[in-house]
Amino acid sequence: MTNRILFILMLVAGLTAPFFAYPVFVMDLLCFALFACAFNLLLGYAGLLSFGHAAFFGGAAYITGYVTKEWGFSPLLGILAGTGFTLVLGSIFGFLAIRRQGIYFAMVTLALAQIIYFLALQMPFTGGENGLQGIPRGELFGFIDLNNSLAMYYFVFAIFLIGFGIIYRTIYSPFGVVLEAIRENESRALSLGYDVDRFKLLAFIISATVAGLAGATKAIVFQFAALTNAHWQTSGEVILMTLVGGLGTVFGPVVGAITVGALSHELSSFGSWVQVILGTIFVVCVMVFRRGIVGEIQRLATRKKD
Amino acid sequence: MSIQVILAQALLGLNVGVFYAMLSLGLAVIFGLLNIINFAHGAMYMLGAFLALIGYSFLEQWFGVSVQIGFWASLVLVPLLVGLLGVLIERFLLRRLYELDHIYGLLLTFGITLILQGLFSNYFNVSGTPYPGQPESLSGVMNLGFMYFPTYRLFAIVFSLVVCFATWFFIEHTKLGSRLRAGVENPDLTQAFGLNVPLMITLTFAFGAGLAGLAGVLAAPMYSVSPLMGADLIIVVFAVVVIGGMGSIMGAILSGLALGLIEGLTKVFYPPAASTVIFFLMVLVLLFRPAGLFGKEK
Repeated sequence: MTNRILFILMLVAGLTAPFFAYPVFVMDLLCFALFACAFNLLLGYAGLLSFGHAAFFGGAAYITGYVTKEWGFSPLLGILAGTGFTLVLGSIFGFLAIRRQGIYFAMVTLALAQIIYFLALQMPFTGGENGLQGIPRGELFGFIDLNNSLAMYYFVFAIFLIGFGIIYRTIYSPFGVVLEAIRENESRALSLGYDVDRFKLLAFIISATVAGLAGATKAIVFQFAALTNAHWQTSGEVILMTLVGGLGTVFGPVVGAITVGALSHELSSFGSWVQVILGTIFVVCVMVFRRGIVGEIQRLATRKKD
Repeated sequence: MSIQVILAQALLGLNVGVFYAMLSLGLAVIFGLLNIINFAHGAMYMLGAFLALIGYSFLEQWFGVSVQIGFWASLVLVPLLVGLLGVLIERFLLRRLYELDHIYGLLLTFGITLILQGLFSNYFNVSGTPYPGQPESLSGVMNLGFMYFPTYRLFAIVFSLVVCFATWFFIEHTKLGSRLRAGVENPDLTQAFGLNVPLMITLTFAFGAGLAGLAGVLAAPMYSVSPLMGADLIIVVFAVVVIGGMGSIMGAILSGLALGLIEGLTKVFYPPAASTVIFFLMVLVLLFRPAGLFGKEK
């Protein structure tokens, strides 16, 4: 019930947003929100902390940028190519990472992501530190010009809804329930006969793919694949967004992405102090605010009911 | 390719390897007792380098005191300061998280990393500031018979090796060390025998932090001091730790040294892969020996 109300709220806000906010900024937030939702599936529901999700977010952007710029792919095909790339990459990383548990899982994903970062820095087609520039927005279905910012916006919003829908369906499917069981007690889930590794791998692949979808879309929006998007700090940022919004809540990552995104935007004139402030928020969240915004609201709501 | 070039790169690789060894040793010691991975380990290494730099070059300019803290004094003072920061972090923050999932410890130390890194980025250039305080006695080059090698780098190698093996000896072969190992094995029982386990935990964390600070001081004269120097290094050290497994102190030291050496040699034979070779080795280890070379399967 609450989910339905929140969803309608999100839909209305999303549809009207470009009329009272700068569309490119809202598109940026939407991409990060989708990225955070994908990340949340893994940490919030399967209990797996990936410290390397920037590899998917940033990697997809490069592939999408390259195929639309050099091979003349349409934006939709380009995004599909970028997303498909992360599907494969996510399968490989996931297969390797689930061989270790807990804290090691985080370190393995971080190290694997660093390979992608160095490739993005060194490969001939990526533009090194400058990133891949001049990606065309092109035309959707051959007749909708995406250089129009409203058309671009609703395209991005549609992609966001699709990605959000995939994550939502996964969370509330029997598959999602088994994931939660694994998070709560892995050995028990195993002894109940679930193939724990297969569930973890599939969750990792879904999460990586949706993160890639978000990154691919961002490349089209900004016409630019940035090296920073593949950097470990981006992996940290998405963790922060999820944590601030509410770990393991459906709408938390969206709220968190908007909060952190708006905050970084407002504070951008402070230079490096932004990092200090974000770090402080990180510490405060971990110490005293582990439920996050949506988590706290939910707790208050259920308490009232009792 | 001449043998000299290979030997020179091998020695330079060993030079990097001792830093991997010292940092992964600190991580392993902390992990053993606290079961958390200290993401801020890299930031503490950076902090060590900056404290040495500030003590040497900026005290008068910033604080108006006309004192200059030289390299040797830094080598003693800075690890103590960084260790003190470790005590504060453990006492006031980490301690409250032990009951929770260990990932919260990682996330907390990640936040601390951002704070430290951001602070120094405000005052220092990301591309690095040189540390001018290298002592006179260690400047110049040394004739090793087959090649000339910078005296300071040689000193750094020998000094780090001594520190690493002293730590190993302390933990594996002294009475205090055996108590520490008992605390790792079974904290509750150790506490029941009358040992102050919480104090041991605090001091262990401080020791690991101090070790990172010490590595930072050692690195300062060799690499330019930059706010990002720790972050780039620590991720490689994570891979080193995954490869070695954190089960044993000696394992952490040896894998650090070996991987530095391999990285150095990669620079000779295929330079573009030098920055990623350790990560690819990690992939191989995960495929064929998931628990790590020295790790125990749990």
